[in-house]
Amino acid sequence: MEKENIIIELTNISKQYDDNLVVDDFNLKIRKGEFVTFLGPSGCGKTTTLRMIAGFELPTSGKILLNGQDITELPPYKRPINTVFQRYALFPHLDVYDNVAFGLKLKKIKDTVTKKGVTKEIERKLTAKEIDAKVMQALKIVDLEELETRDISTLSGGQQQRVAIARAIVNEPEILLLDEPLGALDLKMRKDMQLELKEMHRKLGITFIYVTHDQEEALTMSDTIVVMKDGCIQQVGSPTDIYNEPNNAFVADFIGESNIYNGTMTDEKKVLFLNHIFECVDDFEKNEKVDVVIRPEDIFLMDEDKGMVNGKLVSKIFKGVYYEYIMMVGKNEVVIHDTKEYELNKTMSIYIKPFDIHIMHKEFVNNVYEGYIDKNNNVIFAEGEFECDVTQLIPNTHLDEDGYLVDDKGIVYDLTDADVKVEVGLKDIEIVDKEEDGTVSGEIVSIIYKGDHYQVIIRTEEYEDFVTDTEYTWNEFDKVGVKIPKEAIKMTLKNEAKQYVKD
Amino acid sequence: MSKIRFSRKTLSIPYFAFLILFVVLPLLLIVYYAITDSDGNISLVNFIRFFQDKNKLGLLAFSVIIGVANTILCLIIGYPIAMILSNKKYNKSAVLALLFIMPMWINFVLRTAATRDLLYWFGINGGEHPYLATMIGMVYNYLPFTIMPLYTTMLKMDKNLIEASYDLGAKPHQTFVKTIIPMTMPGIVSAATMVFMPTMSSFVISDIMGERKISLIGNAIQFNFDQSRWNDGSLIALIMLLIIGVITLLTKNVQKEENVRGGLW
Repeated sequence: MEKENIIIELTNISKQYDDNLVVDDFNLKIRKGEFVTFLGPSGCGKTTTLRMIAGFELPTSGKILLNGQDITELPPYKRPINTVFQRYALFPHLDVYDNVAFGLKLKKIKDTVTKKGVTKEIERKLTAKEIDAKVMQALKIVDLEELETRDISTLSGGQQQRVAIARAIVNEPEILLLDEPLGALDLKMRKDMQLELKEMHRKLGITFIYVTHDQEEALTMSDTIVVMKDGCIQQVGSPTDIYNEPNNAFVADFIGESNIYNGTMTDEKKVLFLNHIFECVDDFEKNEKVDVVIRPEDIFLMDEDKGMVNGKLVSKIFKGVYYEYIMMVGKNEVVIHDTKEYELNKTMSIYIKPFDIHIMHKEFVNNVYEGYIDKNNNVIFAEGEFECDVTQLIPNTHLDEDGYLVDDKGIVYDLTDADVKVEVGLKDIEIVDKEEDGTVSGEIVSIIYKGDHYQVIIRTEEYEDFVTDTEYTWNEFDKVGVKIPKEAIKMTLKNEAKQYVKD
Repeated sequence: MSKIRFSRKTLSIPYFAFLILFVVLPLLLIVYYAITDSDGNISLVNFIRFFQDKNKLGLLAFSVIIGVANTILCLIIGYPIAMILSNKKYNKSAVLALLFIMPMWINFVLRTAATRDLLYWFGINGGEHPYLATMIGMVYNYLPFTIMPLYTTMLKMDKNLIEASYDLGAKPHQTFVKTIIPMTMPGIVSAATMVFMPTMSSFVISDIMGERKISLIGNAIQFNFDQSRWNDGSLIALIMLLIIGVITLLTKNVQKEENVRGGLW
């Protein structure tokens, strides 16, 4: 990337409100004329980052460079940057024309005048004629020439949107910031505006920084997408890169539909998930726990036993061009997009090409399981019944004598059969010699020396893995028992607590 | 058994009767007394007497000046206060706003008398400085009526608009003049109308604060009715009414833009 092409550079930007770190060490360079989209779920810090570029918020630390100049502390009215606000923020006391002309009337330009033979450089305001020409041109770009004298309140949402865009671009900013500008429009209008904005960007050649939580919008419009989560950049890349080569499970899940599974590398370019060892093209360390991502359109349905894994089709939805099937493979759901129609409840088999299996390093180094609460308030996962503290599932609760959860408002919850996500830290799994002493038993399939400890993987008969860090050495293929202390089992409800209110 | 059914029209009868009895009839009476002489004959003698009397015209002019001065002072003092109150950063849970409004709940005559004594204690004697004392009394009494409508308009104001103004290159003072003031104009207008007219027609404040050395048009109305000069008193009241009417018409355009709560509560 050439240096002179960079228009704005954010280095180590962080923003903290009280104890809340909203943006965490944000680093990004944006080229002149680029269409960049900040994409992420609400609360990921994308709007805060935009507001720091606009100058409405000061970063707690870090620097913003515009054309190499530090503008971190520059107030918004001194920045050659304009914003299209989420809810337009048009001035209701001005009509369309005056809204668009607002910035121009304040602007001072450098000009030279020749008076009595002496040429002087002066700063002057724009003349009414110059303003008029610019306003009319901006209104023409957004297709609103006829409405210049209209009151803002008489305009439709789409028209107000256009006025907001005209008001920003008329100032010829170096960067145009757009904060979810299409969020309030209906679907059809949004699609049209997406294309129009893209076209406008091409014509004007201004750098656009666009904020949205709509992945489709981001894919349609952007040159570069910055995926954010919890104030951190997850991935920066072109739409095709981000779609085809997501960095991690979060990006894969956020961009497009995905099947995401916990997998384990069993050998060179071999990965275990859905109780089957698949060939893949990514090379990871043996026995590493990984996330496996497969796009629904990359899974092919075949007759029973013809493919790699069998499963039963439990759901079929017609989506226009294709059918969306859900197949149960063991306890796992597989979402499949296929253009052919198959019978519901039919047992079929799936085939996935090796290069369509995307493997990513796991973000969390915890053991993660799917489980459910049984009637004894224990949790069942990985074929075992573990003692656990169910009061952690719903805040401010205690157990009554009948074994139901009661919260401080007296609401009673019955968690029997509630689905939970179980997390167990690597250090919290205890290995015992005798199989029958453990809650579950399995075979040690891997021992890796990690400098000061061993990482041991115990695999059950049903292919559930327990990864644990231990100081002691064990032998491969040993049959051992696994114990987990009650307080080490961290659980979260998969559904909302109110579903379990006992009536 | 037949049910008694009320139509909407029947339901409105009590309100209608109330309106006629307490609004329309008194107004008509004022008009009647204003255009009749003391014998009950229709004549314009009251008008002639009023507009030929330099003292009375001077009184009217003076009252307008006091009204305008009080309105401006209240706006100058009240506007920044309302701005601070509407800012969540300084006014958590609106307690501060309540503190500014609370004086309105205390008896008006008592409050004014207390103000006079307080000023006396500070060395501002109503007898020696009647104008100053009256002005202070007026501002103190009408400030809550200014703050209230301004505060409610500012609360409703879209803060994004201020950011939009900065974003488009307006410096803080330009943003204040070009965005904040126009946005709060409905509040300013309703504050002004709520201060201007009552100031002109009040007589308690000038009586108590100025120790009867200051006379406003309100004092004149009271004096005339006290002396059973109903015709003269009614005429002045009618003139005041016309002034209100004209002002309301003039401010209607601004008010139309946004329905602002009056602020009397």
